[in-house]
Amino acid sequence: MRIVEKRQLLSAEEIDRTLQRVAHEIVEKTSGASDLALIGVRRRGVPLSERLAQMIRSFAHVEVPVGTLDITLYRDDLSTIGPQPVVQSTHIDFPVDDRDLVIVDDVLYTGRTTRAAMNGLFDLGRPRRIMLCVLMDRGHRELPVEATFIGRTVDTTDTEIVEVRLREIDGKERVVLVDRVS
Amino acid sequence: MFQRLQHLLGIESLTNEQIVFILDQAKPFQEFQRYPLKKLATLRGKTVALAFFENSTRTRISFATAAARLGADTMNLQAESSSVRKGESLLDTVHTLEAMRPDGIVIRHSSSGAPELVAGRLGIPVINAGDGTHEHPSQALLDALTIRDRKGKLEGLSVTILGDILHSRVARSNIHLLSKFGVQFRLCGPAMWVPREVESLGPNVRRIGRIEEAVDGTDVVMVLRVQTERIHEPALAPEEYILRYQLTPERLRLARPDALVMHPGPMIRGLEIDPVVADGPQSCVLEQVANGLAVRMALLYHLIGGAPVDAPHPAKERSNASD
Repeated sequence: MRIVEKRQLLSAEEIDRTLQRVAHEIVEKTSGASDLALIGVRRRGVPLSERLAQMIRSFAHVEVPVGTLDITLYRDDLSTIGPQPVVQSTHIDFPVDDRDLVIVDDVLYTGRTTRAAMNGLFDLGRPRRIMLCVLMDRGHRELPVEATFIGRTVDTTDTEIVEVRLREIDGKERVVLVDRVS
Repeated sequence: MFQRLQHLLGIESLTNEQIVFILDQAKPFQEFQRYPLKKLATLRGKTVALAFFENSTRTRISFATAAARLGADTMNLQAESSSVRKGESLLDTVHTLEAMRPDGIVIRHSSSGAPELVAGRLGIPVINAGDGTHEHPSQALLDALTIRDRKGKLEGLSVTILGDILHSRVARSNIHLLSKFGVQFRLCGPAMWVPREVESLGPNVRRIGRIEEAVDGTDVVMVLRVQTERIHEPALAPEEYILRYQLTPERLRLARPDALVMHPGPMIRGLEIDPVVADGPQSCVLEQVANGLAVRMALLYHLIGGAPVDAPHPAKERSNASD
């Protein structure tokens, strides 16, 4: 069983243009991004949320607070995957009550991460509204979850994986579709 | 190669890597204590047996709260153990526990080695909450976390422990842990409670007769409670203990100006510690309690959560699971 790269889905330039477009959509759909906060889901949602905030600051001149959320404690598969995953910190140093939040993650797949992220946010207060922003939607939902802002939608099979590589974490910048072949 | 822990029986056998891992994993749980809604579902469906054969309110409540905040259920066993029936009670209770099938057990017992005995008999994770005069590992971990948070590091610090070292599992576990990080210890107390043998507890441990010399220039002062329930004759009358070994503001001034004052609790104000010192800016006592909760949540999460260590075929993590 090995991992084989099938094709590149987004180049570095395309990632940037996609995020720019998504950032504009966020500002448009939230009437100027007032009262908004971005919540980056660890790990790759974090740099994505920071980039979106930076873009919004730059073209809309609005300061959108950014928090980071670790969903490890809210996962639904902990008793089945062997040793407990390492827990990272959650840093949301603004109140979530009565606020519009946008959860930001790299890939939307089964929807379980989003469910876990919402549980995490409800432990912190009662947001007015929660929206979801993902760079890639690869389908195969197992829960009734949909993204409000989507970078790119791609059809995938069960064995394929959408790998997002970001310079802040991976040193590279691209999105590829890989497959497991025996 | 990092070794996943199955039990926490003592500090002595842990590697530095394992200790740092637990301290690092306590951080997210420290932040969690500030959430409005302190209830996770992470250990939902798991049962933690709290088998306390020795009186304890603080440690028991700390473990019980840690389990509850993780969403686990607890079985509360509080048994008196008389010195005559000690061995019998423990084995009997082990069998009773087996029948109720908890997912993990936190045990405090007046016999050193009791948790190890239980770990050998049951196939579930065992956490030592204090055994005889042997070890109290979660206390040492929360103390180390407190020191690391306040001082930025553990390496090379100077730590003074005052009081009844001989009967203190807290002192032993702290010496085992901090010695692994190059800490130098000065131990001071009444002579019959600080025998020469304590110097062999670690590579850099000295007995000091006078408290003034013991605290001079030190980074941390750990004050131990005078344990009247553990010994049958007090080594000194209280007035003499206060005169010779109480941590007073004047004596504390001999330590570094940023020295920490720590106490495992409960404190006997006016006996081993002056109330002004206990409530002063250098006192970390309340932080220790808060850190105890975070450390115990991290321990329960890693030891009792998750698939059993020897589970036959743990399911693979889904691809594109958030990492």
